[in-house]
This record gives sequence, C-alpha cells and structure tokens, in this order.
Amino acid sequence: MIEDPSLEKICTQIRRDILRMVHKVNSGHPGGSLGCTEFFVALYFEIMEHDTSFSMDARLEDLFFLSNGHISPVFYSTLARRGYFPIEELNTFRLIDSRLQGHPTTHEGLPGIRIASGSLGQGLSVAIGAALSKKLNNDPKTVYVLMGDGELQEGQNWEALMYASANGVDNLIATVDLNGKQIDGSTEEVLSLGDVRKKFEAFGWDVLELNEGNSIERIIETLKEAKNKLGKRKPVAILLKTEMGNGVSFMMNTHAWHGKAPSDDQLEIALSENKETLGDY
Amino acid sequence: MTTYTNQGNNDTRSGFGDGLTELGRINPNVVALCADLIGSLKMQTFIDENPERFFQIGIAEANMMGIASGLTIGGKIPFTGTFANFSTGRVYDQIRQSIAYSGKNVKICASHAGITLGEDGATHQILEDIGMMKMLPGMTVINPCDFNQTKAATLAIANFEGPVYLRFGRPKVPNFTTAELGFEIGKGILLQPGTDVTVVATGHLVWEALEAAKELNDQGISVEVINIHTIKPLDEEIILKSVSKTSCIVTAEEHNYLGGMGESIAGLLSRTHPTPQEYVATQDCFGESGTPAQLMEKYGLNKDSIIKKVKLVLERK
Repeated sequence: MIEDPSLEKICTQIRRDILRMVHKVNSGHPGGSLGCTEFFVALYFEIMEHDTSFSMDARLEDLFFLSNGHISPVFYSTLARRGYFPIEELNTFRLIDSRLQGHPTTHEGLPGIRIASGSLGQGLSVAIGAALSKKLNNDPKTVYVLMGDGELQEGQNWEALMYASANGVDNLIATVDLNGKQIDGSTEEVLSLGDVRKKFEAFGWDVLELNEGNSIERIIETLKEAKNKLGKRKPVAILLKTEMGNGVSFMMNTHAWHGKAPSDDQLEIALSENKETLGDY
Repeated sequence: MTTYTNQGNNDTRSGFGDGLTELGRINPNVVALCADLIGSLKMQTFIDENPERFFQIGIAEANMMGIASGLTIGGKIPFTGTFANFSTGRVYDQIRQSIAYSGKNVKICASHAGITLGEDGATHQILEDIGMMKMLPGMTVINPCDFNQTKAATLAIANFEGPVYLRFGRPKVPNFTTAELGFEIGKGILLQPGTDVTVVATGHLVWEALEAAKELNDQGISVEVINIHTIKPLDEEIILKSVSKTSCIVTAEEHNYLGGMGESIAGLLSRTHPTPQEYVATQDCFGESGTPAQLMEKYGLNKDSIIKKVKLVLERK
C-alpha cells in the first residue's frame, strides 16, 4: 500500500497519461513505462533536488538520465506533472513538430531532457561523465541513471561499470529496471543475464536490491539508503524488480505490452482501473 | 610562385599534443580523455600538468564517447583521443546519439588517420572516416595539413561551440604553414594563385600539391592551390571563385574517393558550377602494410599522382 496519498495520486495520474498518450498515436512503450512509474515519482517528487526552470548544466542540482529511452511516456508525463513543461503538451507525443519525440532528445529543446536515448546501452557512460563533471566543479549533488535489464546485453554498459568502480565514481546511483522482460520474450529466454547482483558486485559496485520495485515507499527508502552509500569511492546500483505494465491488470505478467498500444476497449478498461486524480491533460 | 619552406619534418599528432598542452594552460574547462593511446596521441604533457583534468578510459571507446558527452554537462570541453579508426567506425552510434544528435560540445581528436599509419595495415588504416563524420548533422570536420595547422586547429576548436571531428596523422611530414596564413574554421586558404587548373588538397596531400604545382609551373602550367582544412562546413566561395577562373579541378586527399572531400566538392560543383574534376584519393579499397611513402606511392596519393590527374583534367576542359 502507498502511504503518501499525494504520491499515490500522482502515480495514478501518470499511469493514465501513459495509457492515453500511447493509445492516441497507437504506438509507444506502455509496459516498461507503467512498471517504472513509482520510481519516477519517487525520484522527481521526493528524492531529487532539482530546478524545474531547467538549465542543461544542472549546477548544484541532482540530475537524472534515462538510458532505456523507449519508456519516454513515463519520463514525459513525470516531467510535465512536475512542472518542467505544460501538461497539455503530452497531447503531442510522437506527433509531427512535437518536442515529445518517440524517444527522448535534447534536439527539440524539451526542458528536463539532457541526453538523447533510445539506442540502448549509452546512458550509464553519459551519467558517469556528468558525475565526473560534478566532481571537477566541486558540485556535491548526485547523478541518477535508469537502465533497462534487457539493455544490459549491450557491451558498453560493462565498459562503463568497469570504469566507474576502477575510478571511484561515488556520486552516481544507477538503477536497473529488472522486470525480466524484453521485446522478444523474457530476458531468460532471449539472453540470460545470469546473476546480475553478483556481476555488478564482481565489477566493484555496491548493490542494493529491492523486490518491491512498485512500492513507492520502499523505493524512497532504498534511494535514501543508496544516497547514504555515496562518497565512499564505490559506485552504487539499485536492482529494482518491477512489474512490467504495473497498475493495468491485463498488461501485467506478460512481455506483450512492451511496445504495443491498447485498443479503444482496452484503454477503457485500463483507465477504469486508474481513475483520474489530478485532471487529465 | 609563392615559396613555402619546410620548417622541418614533424608529425601532425604532435601539433595536436602541443595545442592540447597550451589549452591546458589557458582554458580551465578543457578536459582530455584517452583510450589507452597516450603516447601515440602526444597527450603526456597535458596529463602531467593537469592530472585532475585527464581521464584514462582504457580500451573502451564507446564508453569514452559517452563519458565525454556527459562531461559537457557542467561546462567541460572534452577532447577525446584515440586512432581515427577507433574514433569513428567503432563508435559511430555513440557519436551519433550521445554527441551529434544530443548537440554536445565534444572534440573527437583522431590520430593515425588514413593509409600513412603504415605498417599496422588495413585494420588500423581508416579511409572512410571523413565520410562517416561529415554525414552527421551538426558535425564539423577538420583535417589539417601539418604540425602548425594541427596546433592552430586544436586551439580553435576549443573556442568553437559544437561537436568537432579533428583528423590528423602519424608520420613526420613537412611543416610549412605560417602564422600569417591564419586558421579560421570553415575558411579555405589560397596557398598558390594560378590560372589553368585548381588543385584543392587537404591533410598530408597539401604539401604534395604544392610540390606538384612547382613542377607543373616549370612545364608552363599555372596551378592554383587551395588548402581546405575544414571539410564541413565547406568553404564554397573559395572553390567556386577558383573554378570560375580555371574551369577544371583536381581534389587530393588521403581518403576513399567515396565520402571524402572530393565528393563534397563534386556535389557543390554539380549543383552550382559543373566542372571537370579528377580525384586523387583511394579507389574504394582497403590499405595494407608498408611504409607511409610506399603506400602513398602505391595508392596514388602523392605529387606524381596529382601531376598525372592535372594533365588528365586539363584535357577535359
């Protein structure tokens, strides 16, 4: 159960936004977006110290990178609901002339986005660079990055994991969305990730694991615990076990909704399970 | 004839190293990254003087491009250093998404470009990098011709906002450009005025073009020699002005004719001023082991090839 009613309301509204956005254009990635809704709300409404007036350089601010860019619907809705840009703009998701491209980009100048992502496996490296920049600037704030689990199949992640521990990048919290699913099936079927925790630990990372990855209060606790581990010459990872499609009964326990939009009827059911809380865009 | 004096053979990568050293002293935002090739890239002095501003990434070029992109957030100006082959083809998607599309102020500094890398052979000799980099929207592509110009280019790109691909080489070659010639990104340099034929050269082929012009002048052929160091954006004006006078052109570069500077110039001319053109460039092939001089000879990338192509193009006028 979610204790903070305001955060609960935000999560429900963001789920509605995600569903309506992908339904409208009959494309996009609802599954992973729904699975990470609580994480985004915890980060942007509770954990991070950030300024919604947005400057690219984020001096003396916490900052976040999304590596698995295909879950852009949850990113866009979170940014809009947090005040980075008008919520009405969610209406333009994936449409021509929009700042809300299919995958996030800095190219159209959408406030809140600091890197393009979509081609997988690049976000951790970028986050390490931003963390090193903060160190050079004597900026004590934290860099966050979210990666998908299927994305760990990209080799660049392992270059980055090796670098961060070898160089004591300890102002960085990398979260892996361990939902166990990717486009072609389960990660186990497609290319087994093996024991992710042991692999990260073998690469020199301090690893926290959260089995209740859709519990906002547990996510907040874990992020706070992760923050306490910073500054000890070791990078910190959170393995967040989420449910793809969380909050929509028929989207859970399957990889089918990774990149598929609901039909009109399905949308109606999904929205009936997530009643309007803060007003639709 | 304007005479250019070889001030002594030197490598363009040392020009980069010297430029980087100077930047370390004058620009506190400049940081450097390297993928296990500090000696080859001549980065040691910068590192000695600014250890906190240097990042040894190891043999992990994809990660290097990503880290460089991230370093720009907070105002750093990252200079990445590795061979041209590993600076481009190996990391094309990282450059495309995390640097070019994201509009990050990263300077991709690429040594050992082209066939003059020599004995290591075709695995390391990239002849396609200019093509790959010029295709990226927003990427500036610079290929300086000697030690002095490479140093000038290194200093210039630090003050230029946006991603840059800076391409230089391994061997010691004549160092002949002077401070008076100047260096401005996007501006070609008229090295030698002439009336019969235009020769546009970049990189190591510029000195060869000047040598060819001297020999041709003795044969009564007046050659206009232009140095294009910035392949993108291309100085269209200096080229069009020249061919409107000479009506024929030879382009010379240490790169595949597909995707190189010659191709960019051919595109310009076909759109605006159709002109007979001959290419001094590799012919869609891989290189091989050998000394730089042997390879330049075998693959037709020297003074003699320029002279041959000038005579060919004059017949097509």
